[in-house]
Amino acid sequence: MSQTGYTAPGIHCHEFKDLPIQIGIIDLGIGNIKSIERMIIKSGGASLIINSPIQLSRVSKVILPGVGHFDTGMKKLRQLGFDTTLCELIEESRICLLGICLGMQLLCNQSEEGVLPGLGLVNAKVVRFNSDQLSDIKVPHMGWNVVKPTRTNVLIPQSFEANRFYFVHSFKVVPEDSSVIIGETDYAGNFCSAFQQDNIFGVQFHPEKSHRYGSALIQRFIEL
Amino acid sequence: MLRHRIIPALLLLNGGLVKTTRFKAPKYVGDPINAIRIFNDKEVDELMILDINASKINAEPDYRLIERIAGECFMPLAYGGGIKSISQARQLFALGIEKICIQSAAIDDPLFITELSKEFGSQSIIVSIDIKRNWRDNPKIYHASSRKSLKRDWLSLLSQLVKAGAGEVLINSVDKDGTLSGPDLKLVRLASEAITVPLIAVGGISSLDDIKYCISAGASAVAAGAFFVFHGPHRAVLITYPKYQDLENLFHELA
Repeated sequence: MSQTGYTAPGIHCHEFKDLPIQIGIIDLGIGNIKSIERMIIKSGGASLIINSPIQLSRVSKVILPGVGHFDTGMKKLRQLGFDTTLCELIEESRICLLGICLGMQLLCNQSEEGVLPGLGLVNAKVVRFNSDQLSDIKVPHMGWNVVKPTRTNVLIPQSFEANRFYFVHSFKVVPEDSSVIIGETDYAGNFCSAFQQDNIFGVQFHPEKSHRYGSALIQRFIEL
Repeated sequence: MLRHRIIPALLLLNGGLVKTTRFKAPKYVGDPINAIRIFNDKEVDELMILDINASKINAEPDYRLIERIAGECFMPLAYGGGIKSISQARQLFALGIEKICIQSAAIDDPLFITELSKEFGSQSIIVSIDIKRNWRDNPKIYHASSRKSLKRDWLSLLSQLVKAGAGEVLINSVDKDGTLSGPDLKLVRLASEAITVPLIAVGGISSLDDIKYCISAGASAVAAGAFFVFHGPHRAVLITYPKYQDLENLFHELA
């Protein structure tokens, strides 16, 4: 690297005000990080892959993605030390957090899928889609479904006739306090497909795989 | 409610997109990136890319091309062709693929499906089986990489692979492939009764009605090739996809 072209990180930041807002993506090694990165860029932001909690200090908005087993996700969070750091940063209102799919479920107290406690940031539990419900629904809930905003909120786009998103999950979030629900989806009955509690957001679907509907949602998160 | 997925299934051959007829006579239909951009603009539910040569010539997946394809897709993307190992699968997922489609390796060794689903979750593993009817009209498993029909019972293989951890099953009718002559609904019905996971039906789709019949026969999703890339009696290449409202109306008729 040439001496003249080098700028130390953190210096002259004011010169780069037009740079896109950087969104941290926590990499637990269990999600499709690449797709989220691409969607952030398409939606006008920039991304920073976060492999260790110390990097969280560099961003104010963080996405916690994830697919797979609840306990695997919690183990990874603990191993890498994200569990305590995330809770601290949320407590101090220093970051805005968006959990996607398993990432949303990890924010809750506990899950029927595993034995480990969740992060407990949102007072909710995660339960399996009932197989003994009236209609014989296939589990996982896989494919495109509509998210109905239950109240005006800053995350779910309001501009579309139908807010359709891509889902793949076998468990769903049940909040203790229904006032945190910002979006509901019908799959053999309505379930909570999006929640918000202060600076904590969670979506059960995959905005990164949901065309312009997902892009609009990510854009709103970037612009919060 | 949950929408049934309508999936363009595109075939790769030596870096180009082709469409076959009964698994033969591949016709060049265009540059993959260009086609995928169009499908992305049309907001397709999901996209499936199958390399029809990789297993036959024992080649690695074309990672560079797949990465470029994934970069154009803001919807779920499945890739199939030449996947034989966990490390290949890991590499594909890292490029931004959501699902992998396994055929030859699954028929040869169902335990491979178990390993894959343990590692990546069964929701990301599609098992694909080609079915060719013999002279008695009996469905037989067609082993595409060796071009032979197998003696094994196809329905018991399906349930075996689902038990092994497959999250979805794709049934492809060789006799219908590229013919635009309507799906083999008997196959769809038998397969859907034999498995508990979502079934993707492919082969012969020529109209929205065909899609409707497949769903009535038990398919969770319907994939098609020729229907989305050819137009008119002379099979001119034209990339199309039904409008959201047309599909909504179609599913409304079903309900």
